[in-house]
Amino acid sequence: MTTPLPHPVPPSKVAVIIPAFNEEGALPGVLAELRSVLEARGIDHDAIVIDDGSEDATAAIAADAGATVLRLPYNLGIGGALRTGFRYAVSRGYRRAVQFDADGQHDPEEIEGLLEALDAGADMVVGSRFGDERSTYEVGSVRRSAMRVLRVTVRLLSGRVFTDTSSGFRGFNERTLELFARVYPVDYMESVEALVIACASGLRVTEIPVAMRTRQHGLPTTRRWRLAYHYLRLLFVVLATATRRPRPTEVRP
Amino acid sequence: MTTQAHVFVVVVTLLAVAFVIRLVRRRQLRAKYAMLWVAVCAVIAFMAAVPSVPNRLARGVGIFYQPAAFLFAAVVFLFLVVVHFSYELSRLEERSQVLAQEVALLRRALEERRAEDDGVSAPPGT
Repeated sequence: MTTPLPHPVPPSKVAVIIPAFNEEGALPGVLAELRSVLEARGIDHDAIVIDDGSEDATAAIAADAGATVLRLPYNLGIGGALRTGFRYAVSRGYRRAVQFDADGQHDPEEIEGLLEALDAGADMVVGSRFGDERSTYEVGSVRRSAMRVLRVTVRLLSGRVFTDTSSGFRGFNERTLELFARVYPVDYMESVEALVIACASGLRVTEIPVAMRTRQHGLPTTRRWRLAYHYLRLLFVVLATATRRPRPTEVRP
Repeated sequence: MTTQAHVFVVVVTLLAVAFVIRLVRRRQLRAKYAMLWVAVCAVIAFMAAVPSVPNRLARGVGIFYQPAAFLFAAVVFLFLVVVHFSYELSRLEERSQVLAQEVALLRRALEERRAEDDGVSAPPGT
């Protein structure tokens, strides 16, 4: 699957993978802030925006801001968009990548912490909204109780404690990127499933606390009964996949 | 039905559930369909285990031959599933069309670019 590299990237370079669907409102500010913060910290990076079939000017705006834009012909959803980004990162030989939101809820100041965790030996690092008191992230009641159930389930199955199983603010090394380029899940709430897959595949997954902001644009996506269905489905998948033994071929060391 | 028949139905249903879960674990079946088939299996197993429930349901809608009620419900359900699948199939066909067209446009753009690199103008057509 890996094609020969046309322009090999330096090993220190970080791919910031940003899935975006109709985010022309938030994107210019998000990309400008990302660039200024990372440049100030001396972190060599490429912003990679995956335009997930947007109907607005997302792709043009991202390109104007200097990002590498991958345009999907139609909307795949967040999981499909992310997997596109992972495949790109693997094909270009990036050693490290960060998943970053286009809607402005992630703070680029926190990226350095994710990278430090990777350098300390993690294959994957999750930025948790609930890890400490700096964070004042508010969620609805259905979501909160479902998150608790998932947290306990993931803890029981993986033997590891994650305070925030659905955070989309994450860092990955080469090993995780190669896994996710092949098997990143595509359904709603894909982040929980991805976390379980990573643990079940024997990757070292750690968590660090991060501060998050409320969304600048866009609305939380789903209504209550749909949310309940998705949590039930997720629970089913998590139970089915997490008990699966890691296959030796799954991750190349 | 005899007790043996009930046990047989329950066993077959459990095997079906195990098969569906196996497919999910191998990532050969999307979770939404797995949920559907597991739910169907649960209903069938429940009816086999507690036969008084389907009997009462059948009488409730005025059908006094319980297997007929069961078959009617099965046909209605499978009809809905098939309609849903044809909807999904149409969507997939549309998407694969778009994908093929996209590839054609990309191929043309690539050929034009290559020709430019070679210092000649792109062949018309191809």
